[in-house]
This record gives sequence, C-alpha cells and structure tokens, in this order.
Amino acid sequence: MNQYEKFDGVKKKLKGIVSALALAVSVSGVMSAGVQAAEEIDWPEKEELKFGFIKLTDMAPLAIAYEKGFFEDEGLYVTLEAQANWKVLLDRVIDGQLDGAHMLAGQPLGATIGFGTEAHIITAFSMDLNGNGITVSNDIWKEMEKHIPVEDGQPVHPIKADYLKPVVDSYREAGKPFNMGMVFPVSTHNYELRYWLAAGGIHPGYYAPHKGDTSGQIDAEALLSVTPPPQMPATMEAGTIYGYCVGEPWNQQAVFKGIGVPVITDYEIWKNNPEKVFGVSNVWAEKYPNTHLRVVKAMIRAAMWLDENNNANRPEAVKILSKPSYVGADEAVLANSMTGTFEYEKGDKRDVPDFNVFFRYNATYPYYSDAIWYLTQMRRWGQISESKPDSWYMDMAKKVYRPDIYAVAAKALIAEGKAKAADFPDFDSESGFKPPQSEFIDGVTYDGTKPNAYLESFGIGLKGDTVL
Amino acid sequence: MSKSASIVTFIGSKESSMGKTLLSHLQALLLPVIGLLLFLAVWNGVAKTIDTSLGQFPGPAQVWEQTLTLVSEHSAQREKADAFYARQEERNAARVAQDPTYEPKIREFTGAPTFFDQIWTSLYTVMIGFLIASLIAVPVGIVCGLSKSAYTAINPLIQLFKPVSPLAWLPLVTMVVSALYVSDDPMFSKSFVTSAFTVSLCCLWPTLINTAVGVSNIDKDLVNVSRVLRLKPLTHLSKIILPASIPMIFTGLRLSLGIGWMVLIAAEMLAQNPGLGKFVWDEFQNGSSDSLARIMVAVLTIGAIGFVLDRVMLMLQRMVSWDKNSVLR
Repeated sequence: MNQYEKFDGVKKKLKGIVSALALAVSVSGVMSAGVQAAEEIDWPEKEELKFGFIKLTDMAPLAIAYEKGFFEDEGLYVTLEAQANWKVLLDRVIDGQLDGAHMLAGQPLGATIGFGTEAHIITAFSMDLNGNGITVSNDIWKEMEKHIPVEDGQPVHPIKADYLKPVVDSYREAGKPFNMGMVFPVSTHNYELRYWLAAGGIHPGYYAPHKGDTSGQIDAEALLSVTPPPQMPATMEAGTIYGYCVGEPWNQQAVFKGIGVPVITDYEIWKNNPEKVFGVSNVWAEKYPNTHLRVVKAMIRAAMWLDENNNANRPEAVKILSKPSYVGADEAVLANSMTGTFEYEKGDKRDVPDFNVFFRYNATYPYYSDAIWYLTQMRRWGQISESKPDSWYMDMAKKVYRPDIYAVAAKALIAEGKAKAADFPDFDSESGFKPPQSEFIDGVTYDGTKPNAYLESFGIGLKGDTVL
Repeated sequence: MSKSASIVTFIGSKESSMGKTLLSHLQALLLPVIGLLLFLAVWNGVAKTIDTSLGQFPGPAQVWEQTLTLVSEHSAQREKADAFYARQEERNAARVAQDPTYEPKIREFTGAPTFFDQIWTSLYTVMIGFLIASLIAVPVGIVCGLSKSAYTAINPLIQLFKPVSPLAWLPLVTMVVSALYVSDDPMFSKSFVTSAFTVSLCCLWPTLINTAVGVSNIDKDLVNVSRVLRLKPLTHLSKIILPASIPMIFTGLRLSLGIGWMVLIAAEMLAQNPGLGKFVWDEFQNGSSDSLARIMVAVLTIGAIGFVLDRVMLMLQRMVSWDKNSVLR
C-alpha cells in the first residue's frame, strides 16, 4: 500500500493527458511499430502485480527487472514486497495476496504433493543456480580445524562433513544436542545440508508425516530446525544453533561480524545446482496466461543482464540490492559473494566466479531432472513417506515445472531481437532432462530418468519400500 | 514623604516580582534544554563504549546523519515517482494509439514507501483503531457507570481481557481477518485491518474503565437536579452525564491513545502493515551497518509522535471541558 497524496494531482494530469492524446494519436502511429511487445503474446490480462521475495541476493532478477524497466516494457506495473519468512510467502501466494514470488526450488513441489500447505504451484522460470553456503560457529570451526588437511597454510577445499563428524560425536557424548539451522523443510538448503552431512556419515534425521512427525529429527545425530534467513546470524551468535545452511548475504555477514566461518558452498556440494524459482499458483497462471508469459520474458531479460559480459554488471546489481527495500545489507558484504569471490575464514577469500549464476549454463530453464532431484531427496528423508514408482516422479515434475511456458516466452524475446537463439537450449530437441551429473561431493552420479535407482545408491537415507 | 517612600517600595517590589517571573520563565526554558544537553552527552559517551556485532551503538551524530539520509531518500523516491508517472503517460499514450479500445489507467507509483509515507500509514492506522475502540468503549463505559448490575456482569470480562498482550491477539486476529475479509478488490489491505483491530482490542480498556468510573462518580447534586427537572433520558445523558464525566473520559482516551500507539508498532512488525513498526523490523532484518542508527531515528520519531498525540488530546480536552478553571496537565 503506497500512500501517495499525489494521486489527486495525478488525476489533474490525466485530464491534461486526454487532450494531449488527441495529438499523440496522430503522431504516434509511426512510432507504434517498436512499442507493441510481441506479435505472439497478447496484452496482459492483469497489469498491476505484487510479487513477494525474501531478503537474499538471489532475488536479484526481480529487483533488476523492476529497476531497469523490463516489467514496464511488458506493460506490467509490479510492486515488490519483502516477506517475513518462507511460510508467510507461500501462504500469501496460495491465498492470492501475492501474484507470484521468489521461491525455493522445492516449494512448488512440496506444496503440490501436499507436504505443508497444499496447493498446486507451478514454475516456468528458474531464478538462479548455486548461491548457498554452510557456516559454522567459531567454536565448531576451531574443533574442525584439528582434522582438516592444510596445504600452503590454507585448509584444503572442499571441506567434507567427515571433518565435522568427530566434533558432532564429541558433543553427543557430552550430552549436548548438535543443533543446526536451515530455512524451510522443503528448501534447497535443507537438502544440501543433509546431503553434505550424510556424505560425511552424520545422520540428519528423518521425517514421518504419516505419523504426524514433521520435525525431521527421527534418528538424528545432527538436529536440524527452521530459522528465517535474516535471523540466522543472530541465532548462531546466541548459541541456539552451531551452524546453518543459508543463502547470501548471511554467510558473508557471519564473516564480517566475526561470529562464524563458512566451510563450504553448495557449488562444491553439487556443481551448478538449481536454487530458486519464480513460483505462481496454477489457478493464477491459468487465469492470466499472457501476464505470466510477460513476467517470464521480463525476468529472462533481467537474468541475461546480470550475467552479461562475464558478470560486468554485478557491481551495479550490488548497489541496487543494498537498498533497504531490497536486501539492505552493506554493499561490501553483498559484493563479497556476487562479484566472483567468496570469503571463507576471515581473510581467506577465494575465487568462485560461479557462486551465483543467473543465466549461464541455461540456469533459467526449468529442467524436469532438477525437480526430480528434489523429489528424490524428499523421499530420501521421509517427507514422502512411501516409495513411489519412477513414473510418479516424472508426472509430478511435469505438473509443477513448466518449460513449455518458458519456451514461448524465450521465443518471443528471440523474435523481438532482445535475445539470441543460441542463448537458450534447442527447444525442439530439449527433453527437460540434463545428462547424468556426477559432480557431487560424494561422487554419486545422478540420472534424472532413474529416481529409484538413485535412491538405492545412498548409504544414509530411506530407499526401496521402507516406511518409517 | 511616606507616599514617595511607599511608591519607591512599590516599584522596588514590582521589580523584584517581575524579576521573579523572569527567573521562573528562564527556568522553564533553560532547565529542559540543560537536561536534554546532559542526556545527549551521556548518550554519546555510553554509545562509544558499546560495540555490537552490527557496529558501534549509534550516538547522536550517527542518528542525525541517518535522519538526513532518510529525508534525502524520501526526495529521491519522490523524483522516481515523478519519472514513473511520466513514463506511464507515455506508455498509455502509445498503447491507446495502437489499440483505441484500451482505457488508460493511471496507477499509483509502485516503489517502496519512504520513511515519511510509513509515518503517515502508522498515524492513520492508529487513528482508525483508536476510533473503533472509543466508539465501543465510551457507550459501554457509560452503561457500566450508570448501572451497577451491568458493571458487575461485565467487570470479570474486562479484567480478563485487559492484560492480554497485542502479540498474543495478533495470530487470532490475522486468522479471523484472512477468513472473513475476502474480496477480489479489497479497499483496505489485510495487514491494515489486522493492525487496526489489534490496536482496538488493546486500547479500549482504559477508556472503558475510566468512563465507567467517571460516570458513576458524578456529583449526586447534579443527578438530583436532573430528577427534579424530570429530564428525558437522552437530555440527562447529554446535559448532565457527559459534561460531568468529560475529565475522566478524556483521561481514559489519552491513556488509550498512548497504549494504542505502543501496540501499533508491535502489531505492525508482525502483521507487516507498512508503517513505522515494519520500518524497524525491516531495518533489523537488513543488518546493515546503518541499521541501528536508523532504528534509533524511528524510536525517537515514535516517541515524538506519541508526545504530539498526547498534547493534541489535551487540547481537545480543554476545548470540550465545561470547567475552564480546572487545571489540566
């Protein structure tokens, strides 16, 4: 709600405009050619939109699409509003207060399968790859350092959870529960943290929703609980949790404040993993198909701008994001991770040019194999309580991830000359499944077409027909 | 001789009494200023010693700096709004040129509200909440004051709900508003309705209690006058009861407004109504090195506005009170 008393003044302006229009009509017949958006996509059904986001650096495509006028070019008048936490954001998309939102890649899936508030949410645009980190408190780091191999005076990366295991064991022997934080039960952070812990032999706990237990702490050696991202550094400082997995700027914030040490980024856990998506409710998308297409077009342009010329625009993006109405953190903290580096221990800054990827490597295409990975992890930890056939995974992915909508939007941009066909996958031959990926921290290969076989390949995790 | 002596003594005493008034005026002006300066000095000194993880605790200098920043951010946003409306007019003109059936709309600026917009939002939210509360509390208070049995019946409820914190009411109010306030094009946002109702729920108790006490303690002579004159009930109410209980009612209203203003800030933080409460919450979430100073600016603004609201109520009370000689503080 913007309380602008100018509205009365604007009404007067409008009267002036109507008379100017008569003149403009005769003149602008010539200039109309370049202004109408696409021959293929019709005018938007709904022009005033409200999108929600959480204060994380990867809401950048939304901020850039607004600030650079990409939304306005599509005839859309968008208001961006920060939300208190992921649950509030999802609920407000479901009940219609928000037209769409910056969502965790697992949220549309979790909502559609009924884990948490149930609603059919879809996504036609992946907002970014990578961008998360796992940070531990200074005390835990001191303990871990004793086990981590060192080369040239610096810890060898990637730091596996194997070096955390002795610390967790010592805490448990002393009777102290080892608490860690993540941002939401169906968040990428939850699954990445669990993946990393399990790869090191630490059990992160199971869910048993069919029994009413959604704490995710059954049989757990490390107890994971939910904290909203901006509150994570404060919660760790208070000693409630010993570590967390979260997006930026909250890992770098811990370094700047001197309260923790990031040990690993999700780029090292799974190279180029899908992170956030732009989610809308299916009901909304079916009611406003042109609007949805135009939103996706504007966001594709924003993503292209962010990765343009080898990240040349990132400093400008950092300036925009540091405004209090967007992410609000200090520019230096944001720049630490968005401009090609990442600081681990204080002073240990390493080159990680792909820490945030917005458009390269087809980052914006919603791949079915990405959706299925999240579904397999939901099954691995018990959020999906019983075993499902491979076909179920395929059907769910197709229901929630909509590359068909993405393709229409991308083709419109190509037709307008705002993008090149080479920037996108070949829509005629793209199946939606990435080839098998093996750049995971534990070396396990992921083939999206064989979800159940993938589940069998893990040491820790539910598999087969096991029901808790 | 004695006359001139008495004149001299008279002038002398007049001067000393003038001197006394001058001294007391000076005291009234200087003492608060000295108090304020001392406070600023102590604040500055203490702030330098506190180092939080968000940077040093803000002193008066940083708070002043952020006040100026907030003002410049406000002007910058207004400029952006002007540019937005200009672009909108162009776009509408272009679209109507191609599609004459299109009815151009002028939409409000979509940018984030500035600090001063948020102050205005908080003010009218508290006003609405306070008005709703007063509309309920004053009549109920009058009934309770007039009828002992009504008071005995309602009193347990008052005592039960009075101590409930706004933060406890908030989830209930949010759920009820979400369920009942459904429409495709709502006039008020849900967060506004939630905040206003929470303010009402918490600030109706002082008015209610004070009105009841005021009404029940009317001078018996006045009640007898009304009986003798056989006044109709409505005339009794408007001529005897209300004027006599104005002081107590207004005391209640002033207390209620003060409480309502405090409750509003808390309610806004959780209901996300775009006012000062949300400003404080967002700044805290941002965790930038300017955040604490900006929050201090908001704290001082909240205090200043609360003070002004109280003075406004006092002025209203003076206007409405029939006993112009009574001392009102």
